[in-house]
Amino acid sequence: MAVGKEIRTKITSIQSTQKITSAMEMVAASKMRRAQDRMELGKPYAQRMRAVVGHIANASAEYRHAYMQEREIKRVGYIIVSSDRGLCGGLNINLFKRALQSMKTHSDEGHAVDLCLVGAKGQAFFASVGGNVVASVRDIGEEPTVEQLIGPVKHTLDAYVDGTIDRLYLVSNDFVNTMTQNPTLQQLLPLRAEEAEQYSHHWDYIYEPDARDLLDGLLARYIESLVYQAVVENGACEQAARMIAMKNASDNAGELIDELQLVYNKARQAAITQELSEIVGGAAAIG
Amino acid sequence: MALTIHCDIVSAEEQIFSGRVELLVASGSEGELGICYGHTPLLTALQPGTVRVVLQGGDEDVFYVSGGYLEVQGDVVTVLANTAIRGGDLDEAAAETARQAAEDALANQSGELDYGRASAQLAEAAAQLATLRKLKNRAGR
Repeated sequence: MAVGKEIRTKITSIQSTQKITSAMEMVAASKMRRAQDRMELGKPYAQRMRAVVGHIANASAEYRHAYMQEREIKRVGYIIVSSDRGLCGGLNINLFKRALQSMKTHSDEGHAVDLCLVGAKGQAFFASVGGNVVASVRDIGEEPTVEQLIGPVKHTLDAYVDGTIDRLYLVSNDFVNTMTQNPTLQQLLPLRAEEAEQYSHHWDYIYEPDARDLLDGLLARYIESLVYQAVVENGACEQAARMIAMKNASDNAGELIDELQLVYNKARQAAITQELSEIVGGAAAIG
Repeated sequence: MALTIHCDIVSAEEQIFSGRVELLVASGSEGELGICYGHTPLLTALQPGTVRVVLQGGDEDVFYVSGGYLEVQGDVVTVLANTAIRGGDLDEAAAETARQAAEDALANQSGELDYGRASAQLAEAAAQLATLRKLKNRAGR
């Protein structure tokens, strides 16, 4: 009986797709846990670093670093952190929308825009949308290291120092929880002094060797650590988003299989009924 | 009992040490320096080398940092290390090999060799070995 041959083939193919998506879901879940751990490990450094830079901004230093001076904006830079791989729902596209929105505000005011892209998805997107890409890095992998990011970050920092760009933003995903990832945009440069800590008296550090060299190095480290933290966090977001996307895909595949199974059973039953009535009709005609 | 100061040693990848210490000794870019309670606010770069802390009660702990920054602010001293390794985790053989390799690289300079890189590697390896020796001396005492 050749009834529903196509339907059966379809069910089998959906079943194998479902196997793949549920395997990917489980892989993403375990990877997410590791990425979250990595995120936690890096936090103390970022917090301490933020505190130190906050102190520097509040100190009445004899030397104001270029990173701390507001300038008139002619050109803005963006560091956009995206994932290397797809199949993670709307994670990247939501991020790009957030970036494009801010870029539009700036271009409406007549500011030019430079991009520094982290991740293959960002490169692909801005290659089709267009945009002045000045630096990029891809294939970061699941265990990002600070070394991988030094190059592009240094490039953008140099551009800020020599006056090519006058403001620098970092666009990345913020890991709220497994279900929620928020695309966020934060201003990296010029640095904003933390308002929370205010000192009533004037004070300054003793700098060794001298303030200029020290702050150059330290603030570059600070930006690097922020970008590193953003990349690590984006990695956790990617895995969480993939886990959810794959879970949805598996659920949808299950529903589809159920529906097809119903159609198949109906068709089979109809075929049996038809055959029976043919036999009965034939027997009645003979009799 | 000596007055103590809060000390944090962190690297980009993890937190290494956090607690109250009586004294912290590190090798700054201008030389060795010791930090006790009541130190004036200070910001300095660190050279590859040992960070030694005297814990409350007189026990000592030794860490190796491959450079970074040290901040003193109020009664908190923060070491922002590029990479920090606990003294005990250092592998002497690996450090010696690295030092040898760096020295060899410096000795047979074939023109295009990156002198800066090699001497930085040598400084790191030498500092790791110095940390190990300090650890050994203490154990032998």
